[in-house]
Amino acid sequence: MKSKSIKDILTNNAIYIVLLLLFVTIIIIDPSFLSLKNAGFILSQSATRMIFACAIAGPIVLGGTDLSAGRLIGLSGLITASLLQAPDYIARVFPNLPQLPIWLPIILAMLICALFSLIHGYLVAKLKVAPFIASLGMQLVVYGLMSVYFDAVSDSAPIGVLDARFTGFAQNGITIFGFRFQFIILYAVIIVALVWFIWNKTKLGKNMFAIGGNIEAATVSGVNIVVNMLAIYVLAGLLYGFGGALEVARTGSATNALGQGYELDAIASCVVGGVSMRGGIGTIKGIITGVLLFQVISYGLVYIQVNPYLVYFIKGLIILIAVVIDTKKYIKKK
Amino acid sequence: MMTQLKVQNPDSYLLEMNGISKSFPGVKALDNVHLKVRPHTVHALMGENGAGKSTLMKCLFGIYQHDEGEIIFNNEKIHFRNPRQALDNGVSMVHQELNQVQERSVMENIWLGRFPMKGIVVDRKKMYNDTKKIFDDLSIDIDPNALVGSLSVSQRQMVEIAKAVSSNAKIIVFDEPTSSLTEVEVKHLFRIIDRLRNDGCGIIYISHKLEEILEISDEVTVLRDGKWVYTGSSKDLDIDKLITLIVGRELTNRFPSRKSKPSDEIILRVENLAGEYMPTVVDASFELRKGEILGVAGLMGSRRTETIETLFGLRKRKGGVIKLKGKQIENNNPREAISNGFALLTEERRETGIFPTLDITFNSIIANIDNYTNKFGILNEKKIAEDTKWVIDTLSVKTPGSKTKIQNLSGGNQQKVIMGRWLLTEPTIMLLDEPTRGIDVGAKYDIYELIIECAEKGNAIIFISSEMPELLGISDRIMVMSNGRVAGIVDAKTTTQEELLRLASKYL
Repeated sequence: MKSKSIKDILTNNAIYIVLLLLFVTIIIIDPSFLSLKNAGFILSQSATRMIFACAIAGPIVLGGTDLSAGRLIGLSGLITASLLQAPDYIARVFPNLPQLPIWLPIILAMLICALFSLIHGYLVAKLKVAPFIASLGMQLVVYGLMSVYFDAVSDSAPIGVLDARFTGFAQNGITIFGFRFQFIILYAVIIVALVWFIWNKTKLGKNMFAIGGNIEAATVSGVNIVVNMLAIYVLAGLLYGFGGALEVARTGSATNALGQGYELDAIASCVVGGVSMRGGIGTIKGIITGVLLFQVISYGLVYIQVNPYLVYFIKGLIILIAVVIDTKKYIKKK
Repeated sequence: MMTQLKVQNPDSYLLEMNGISKSFPGVKALDNVHLKVRPHTVHALMGENGAGKSTLMKCLFGIYQHDEGEIIFNNEKIHFRNPRQALDNGVSMVHQELNQVQERSVMENIWLGRFPMKGIVVDRKKMYNDTKKIFDDLSIDIDPNALVGSLSVSQRQMVEIAKAVSSNAKIIVFDEPTSSLTEVEVKHLFRIIDRLRNDGCGIIYISHKLEEILEISDEVTVLRDGKWVYTGSSKDLDIDKLITLIVGRELTNRFPSRKSKPSDEIILRVENLAGEYMPTVVDASFELRKGEILGVAGLMGSRRTETIETLFGLRKRKGGVIKLKGKQIENNNPREAISNGFALLTEERRETGIFPTLDITFNSIIANIDNYTNKFGILNEKKIAEDTKWVIDTLSVKTPGSKTKIQNLSGGNQQKVIMGRWLLTEPTIMLLDEPTRGIDVGAKYDIYELIIECAEKGNAIIFISSEMPELLGISDRIMVMSNGRVAGIVDAKTTTQEELLRLASKYL
């Protein structure tokens, strides 16, 4: 419709340009990075992150944030790991527990996470607590509870040796020409499709954008603010729970440190993917792009043996650039 | 009209904007536009929304950089980089939306960014005295130490004017200064503008209110579709000529005519409506007939907005009875009100009307979303697209397409989309709060037509307006509110502006 100046194109896509430059640098330093094997690794690693990013994007589009996400992911991991250890393993945390069908602990963990997110949502939607501080409080509450649980059931020793059906649920897959397609990728695709559908094809999705876009106008238009916000938070909780279970099945063990800082990676991916921290703006396509780009760069930098501390620095820089661009777009629109 | 101009050389201009052109990707917003302002004059800048008035002003203040043309100020070619630089050089603007720091005092707002200093500390005494002196000069009665947040809109506007004066501004731009002022406050504003004119300032006055323009201005420049159309003395103009210049076509009537009369069937009865939290409606009783347009008049602070927002369930109701077609209803929240067939077009379009970052489609269908969803909450996209097209076509919304973000439309077109949003809900009772505020003449006429069409279809309409002519022009009856109470309900055909004003001050 409108032709844009080169400068606009450059500013609007600055983040992708930076990431592309990094990508090219990585390939120049070590061309072996470009392999189907690495692509498989990166996709497997991205799978749960996509789920987390899609989950946390809901509260962000509502105009808030969720710092408790990482701990809820960890909580789900701890619950499923403790209930799904290999039945022939002697040092199980629950030695008398019969072998459970794997879906049972996963559903249980999802419901528990949803309950915490519901409480978080209630604080924000009904009691009007600032999302930042509400989720910070929830983060500590969840961490405290999960650590007590961890300490009680396993004396703070990592919970490992998981049921092969459980680890296989995530890790099994098929290999084509060195490209390993783990089933975990499939689950991620299903979740992403589901969230895309909710965002774009349902009333809940429209109401979410309405609340994030202009909460006053949404009220006047008859949107039930509290119910819709709670629904979005519960959805996020369910996804943290499912993703957390997948994460522990993928890595094979859990401690109370599981999930620490995951919310920051998820938020960063959203921001890089164009979700506005002011609410009301965001696309699933952008979020997935954000997750993949972030993962390619993180993995790539480690692959070419960049000092891990420096990787933090670079990731931080990427986030800052993304936020500056987001803000710049906003200012222009005024 | 002020005619004692003390111009030494009548041909000299204080500000000349010559041949200004400005393009945005895909659209030429200004095409060879001229604006020449003499000292000791009020120069009205007129045009429909989207005619280029704001863009021209933004070029003057350096918010936009113009592509072609030159700006000459005080016989010097200038090119401001930003509004601050303009202010430092004596070009200042009193904005339509007041950008003030609510939690700070009046004088701090005036001197913000250029506090008088005594060493490293702010010289509050000098700041106070300087402020007081400007206020006395302009006969503004505000305490320089008062918090800006505690002032009324008109007082805050006075503070903005004082700020312009404090920087020795030679050119002062007023952008829709009277849109939220009462008649008394407008008179005071005009006295201040007179004063500034006598002091030799050149005033650029932007307004949609035609009577006002003819009263206050000496010269008029009209823009249309980004082009210069007319510059001349306002003595040679009357309202009809002005409208023709602005719209580019003859508008024989400013208000569309009514074909049918409202029926006698009472559709809504409100008894002793009162709100919970002050300021709010104290006691309002009225009835509304099928097909009727009930205008609501009142001064600022008469709580007309609060009344209909209480009726709509947006504000908590303390007492009173609402009966729709004889049946008592509650309207505890907007959702309930909408399902009872109410619609509310709010006064603050930007704050409570539009979803700025979302597209026309979204903005059209959001209030009617239940009608597009099946029992699983999944949307019917085909129906959504059809209804959006209906809104764009029926209300003749000027937009490149349904995917355009609403924030990229002009105010009038935004208002049409919101009207469309409510029409899609097929309301029986429409509550319209200042539906034509900040909208140009052409779009206003479209809105009047829509309102009348809705009434003729048998809807009932409550229409709040602060513009007497339109209130008298399209209402059947007019309810006058005063200090949260109904002061009287009169027949629009037989009443006078004097009677309305008298009623409006009944409970003050």
